[in-house]
Amino acid sequence: MAECHPVGFQWVMEAKARGARVIHIDPRFTRTSAVADMHVPLRAGSDIVLLGALINHIISTQKYFREYVVSYTNAATLVNEDFKDVDDVGVFSGFDAQSGTYDTSTWQYLGVEETAAAGNRSAAGKHPTGQELGGRGSKLEHGRVQRDETLQDPRCVFQILRRHYARYTAELVEQVCGVGPEGFAKICDAITANSGRERTTAWVYSVGWTQHSVGVQYIRGACIIQLLLGNIGRPGGGIMALRGHASIQGSTDIPTLFNLLPGYLPMPKAGEHEDLSSYFESIYSPDQKGFWTSAEAYTVSLLKAWFGDMATAHNDYGFHWLPRVNGDHSTYSTLMDMLDGTVEGYFLLGQNPAVGSSNGKAQRLGMAQLKWLVVRDLNMIESATFWKDGPEIATGELRTEDIGTEVFFLPAAAHTEKKGTFTNTQRMLQWRHKAVDPPGDARSELHFFHQLGVELRRKLAGSPLERDAGLRNLTWDYPLETDGEPDGEAVLQEINGRHRSGAKAGQMLSSFVDMKADGSTDGGCWIYTGVYADGVNQAARRRPGQEQSWVAPEWGWAWPLNRRMLYNRASADPDGKPWSERKRYVWWDEAQQRWTGEDVPDFPVDKPPSFRPAPGTGGPGGLAGDDPFIMQADGKGWLYAPSGLLDGPLPTHYEPAESPVRNPLYRQQSNPTRESFPRQENLTNPSPPEPGSEVFPFVVTTYRLTEHHTAGGMSRFLPYLSELQPEFFCEVSPELARERNLVNGGWATIVSARTAVEARVLVTERLAPLRIDGRVIHQVGLPYHWGVGGSAVVSGDSANDLLGIALDPNVHIQESKAATCDIRPGRRPTGPALLRFVEEHRRRAGITVTTGNIRMTPPEGSL
Amino acid sequence: MGARNRRRSWPVLGQLTGADRLGRGAAVESARTASLSPRTATADRVVQSVCPYCAVGCGQRVYVKNEKVVQIEGDPDSPISRGRLCPKGSASEQLVNNPNRVTSVRYRRPYATDWEDLPLDRAVDMISDRLLDTRARTWQEADKDGNKLRRTMGIASLGGATLDNEENYLIKKLFTAAGVVQVENQARI
Ligand code: SF4
Repeated sequence: MAECHPVGFQWVMEAKARGARVIHIDPRFTRTSAVADMHVPLRAGSDIVLLGALINHIISTQKYFREYVVSYTNAATLVNEDFKDVDDVGVFSGFDAQSGTYDTSTWQYLGVEETAAAGNRSAAGKHPTGQELGGRGSKLEHGRVQRDETLQDPRCVFQILRRHYARYTAELVEQVCGVGPEGFAKICDAITANSGRERTTAWVYSVGWTQHSVGVQYIRGACIIQLLLGNIGRPGGGIMALRGHASIQGSTDIPTLFNLLPGYLPMPKAGEHEDLSSYFESIYSPDQKGFWTSAEAYTVSLLKAWFGDMATAHNDYGFHWLPRVNGDHSTYSTLMDMLDGTVEGYFLLGQNPAVGSSNGKAQRLGMAQLKWLVVRDLNMIESATFWKDGPEIATGELRTEDIGTEVFFLPAAAHTEKKGTFTNTQRMLQWRHKAVDPPGDARSELHFFHQLGVELRRKLAGSPLERDAGLRNLTWDYPLETDGEPDGEAVLQEINGRHRSGAKAGQMLSSFVDMKADGSTDGGCWIYTGVYADGVNQAARRRPGQEQSWVAPEWGWAWPLNRRMLYNRASADPDGKPWSERKRYVWWDEAQQRWTGEDVPDFPVDKPPSFRPAPGTGGPGGLAGDDPFIMQADGKGWLYAPSGLLDGPLPTHYEPAESPVRNPLYRQQSNPTRESFPRQENLTNPSPPEPGSEVFPFVVTTYRLTEHHTAGGMSRFLPYLSELQPEFFCEVSPELARERNLVNGGWATIVSARTAVEARVLVTERLAPLRIDGRVIHQVGLPYHWGVGGSAVVSGDSANDLLGIALDPNVHIQESKAATCDIRPGRRPTGPALLRFVEEHRRRAGITVTTGNIRMTPPEGSL
Repeated sequence: MGARNRRRSWPVLGQLTGADRLGRGAAVESARTASLSPRTATADRVVQSVCPYCAVGCGQRVYVKNEKVVQIEGDPDSPISRGRLCPKGSASEQLVNNPNRVTSVRYRRPYATDWEDLPLDRAVDMISDRLLDTRARTWQEADKDGNKLRRTMGIASLGGATLDNEENYLIKKLFTAAGVVQVENQARI
C-alpha cells in the first residue's frame, strides 16, 4: 500500500500513531513492511491456507463475535442435506469433471430451490459467462430460510464452516505458506484481540489477491474472517480493495465490461433473456429480501435514458435492441479470437495490452491479425507501434511488411483538459474542472465517442435494417460546448436520471428509490442516482476537510446516496445501540424513531431494530430491523455462498496453475474450474505431479513500483518518473543469487514456457527464500512496467511476456501474481536465437499444448 | 547594493548577525532566489482537479497562466490527501506538458513501414466506415438454436479505467447499441 497507494497509506500511519498494529503479509519486503509492526513473507499463491487457518483458529478458540455472527450473518442458516464438502479429490458436490463446472443445486439453503441464474452454466460458448455480481448478492428464490441460532445443527453454515477449515492448521501454514508458528500466532492474536465491541480490524488487499486462478476465493476468505469477527459495516473494519487506476471503480460501476450494464445489471444472455420479463425473472425473485427486487425500475430507467421516447411499454422499452452474450467474451477470450483471425477491429482507450496484459507475445501476435486498430492515448505506446518495433520483429516471428493491420493513432486529452468525474477506490465521485484546452488533435473520449456516434447515426440514418434500430433510436443529442465537446455535466445528469412525467417532470431524481418501472423516470446508472440531487453536481462539492466531520460527507459524493460506509447498520447492535462508545457510527434514535449517526444510514431510515416482517414479505419491506445486509437476498452477510460462485461455496486451497509445490490438501493440484486456453501461443509450465516441473523451479511474482503506473503509458514517457526508475530489474535473494551465480547490478535471464526476458539483478533480502514442505523455495520478483518499443523515454523487456493465461472462472482475471520460471545469469539471446533458447527449455520440460492443462489431477502414480 | 547590504549578503555574516542562526533560511538566500516568485503566485487561475494515476483520488490544484498549465500541486482542502501527492501525482504537470506527447493523428496503412499524417475529421470518418463495414460482415442475428444474439464478435474494445465516468457511459452506450459486446477495461486485469 505504501508503494502503490502512497497517499492513502498516510491514514494507516495515522492509525499506527494512535496505537493500531500494522501487519504486512506479502512475499516481498516493501516500503509497507518497513513501517509495519510485522512483516509476514509467504509464498505467492498460498494465501487461502493462511486465511483458512485463521478461520479455523477463530472458530476453534471461540474467538468469534457471537452476537454479530448469529444476528448478522448466515451462520445459523441450514443448508441442503445433499451438500457435500470437498472430498480428498478436492471438489464439492455437483462437480462435472468433463466440463469443469458445478451444478450448484446441492449448495442451496435448505428449502430454497436452485435459481436459474445461479450457475450460469447454460452458456453455449466455450467458457461460461462467469458472474456479474458486484453491487449485490446473488439471487435467492425467497428469504424464508431455516435457522438454528444455537449454531449446533450439523447442517448449519457455522458447522459446515468449522468442518471445512478443520484441516487448515498452523502446521499446514508452515508447510504450504512458509510462515512459521510464531508468525502465525501473532497474526491470530492481533486480529482476535482487535475485534469485538470495542475494537475492529481492517483488511486491505489489491491485485496481489485478485490476480489468481482462485482470486475471488481469496477475497471471500477475508470476508469470512471479517464476518466472524464482526468487522463489516463498522468504523475501522471492512475489507478495502485498493484499485490501481484513477477510475477503475467507476469503470466497473458504469462498466466498460462485457457482462454488465450500468449499476451491475447483467448483460442479457442469449436463450435466457428473450424479453424483459425473462430477464427480470432470472436476476431476482420478488420474494427475496432487499433492494435488488427493484431491478425492474433500474432497468427500465436505463432503457429510457438510452432510447428516450422510443422506449415504450409496447416494445419492452427497447430491450430487444440490446446485444446478447453467451459465454466468456472478456479480453483474454477476445485475444484467442484475435489469434484465430475472427476479430477485425480493436479499440484501445488508454490501455497498453502489448505490455500490460499477460502473455504479451500473444497480445502482439493477436493485434497483428487485426484488420484495423484504433489507439487513443497520450503517448505513442507499444501497442500502437508493435508492427515496427515489437520484440517479434527482432525474432523474425513478424515482419512489418507482412502485417496487414491498419493503425489509427488518435491523441487523447489529459485530465486537466476535460471535465468529468473519477470514482475513487472508496466509491467516491470527484468532479474535475477543465483547466485548459487539449493541444492539437488531442480530444477527450467524450468528444471522440460522441463524434463517432454522430457519424455512425448519420451513415445509418436511412437504414431500413432492423439491426440498426438500436443505433438509430439512441438518445444522442448532447449539448455541445463551443469546441464541439459534449457537455460532461449533461452526461452526468443523464446518468443521474430525471422524472419524465408528472408534477416533477424534468427534475433530477434524488434517489434510486424514486425510479419507476413504468417509463416515467430515466437514469443511466441507478447506483449513481443522487449525484445530481436537487439539480446540483454533488460530485463537485469541495467543502474543505478541515471544516467537516471526520467522515467528510461534503467532499465529492459516494454511491449509493452518499453513504461512505456500506452496510453501516451493522455498526449498531441488534437493538440499534452502538456496539460500544468507541465504535459508534450509525444508531437508532429512539426519540426520533430514525437511524442517525456520522454517516448516511445504509438502511431504511425509519425501520426500527425490532421490526419483523410478516413471513413471506419480499423486497425492502422483507428486511427485518436486524438485517443489515440490504443487498443480500436474505439480509445477512454470507459466510457461506449458496449461489453466485462458480468454484465452490467456501474458499479452498488449490495451487496456482503453475507451481513448484504439490497441493498437500487434495489430490486436485489446481482449481478444477479455472479457465484455461491450451494452445501453442499459450503454453503452460508443468507443475507436480506432472514431470518436468524441475525445469522451472522458482516462483515468479509481478508488481508495481511507486514511480511507475501499470504498463507505463503515463509514466515511462515522462523524464521525471523514468529517471526515478529507469530500468527493468528482478529482485532475488542472496541465496538464490549464490545458487545461480547472479551478480547485483548485472544481468539475468528469466525463462518460462512463453519466452525469456532479461533484467538487471537486484540482490536483496527483501525476497527471502521460504522453507516449504521441507525444501527451500525461491521467489523472483518482477516489476512489470517496461516494454519493448522505440518511443518511451525508457524501455525494456516486459515481465508480462513471461506469463501465461489462466483465469479465475468467476471474473476471468488472469493469474499474474504466481507462476513459475527459471533464472540464469547474463543477457538473453537475441533474434531467432531467443526462440531456440526458449524451445530448448520447453523440450527439457517436455512441454506440449496439454501440459499443465489437464483439468483433473490423476491419482498418484498414474502419470 | 550598499556596503552594509553587501556585507549582510555574506551568508556567514548574515547567519551570525541575523535571526537565522542555523543558516537554513534568510541568511543564506541569494539575490537570485530572492527575486524568484513561485509559479503558483503568478498564475492567472487555479482549477480544482483530481490526480489521474491511482484510485486514491488525491485532490489537485492546477495553476494556469496564459492558457497553459504551469504547475500542479496537492489540494490541502482534500480530506483524502490533505495536500499530499506521491511521485506520480507530483509529476502530472509533466504528463500534461510532456514534449514527447503526440498531439497529431498518426496513420499506418496496412503493410506500411511508417506513419503518415491524417486529418482528425478524416480519421473519425474512416474509423466509422471500418466499424460499419466489419459490423455488417460479422453480424450475428441469432445462434444456431434461433436465440437472439444481435451482435458482432468482429469488434472489441479495451480501456476505460483512466477515463471519466461520463466517457465510459458514452462508450458503453454507443457500443452496446451498435451490437459490440467485447467491451472491456483494466478492471478485468
Ligand atoms: S498522487 Fe499518488 S497516491 Fe495520490 S492519487 Fe495520484 S498516484 Fe495515487
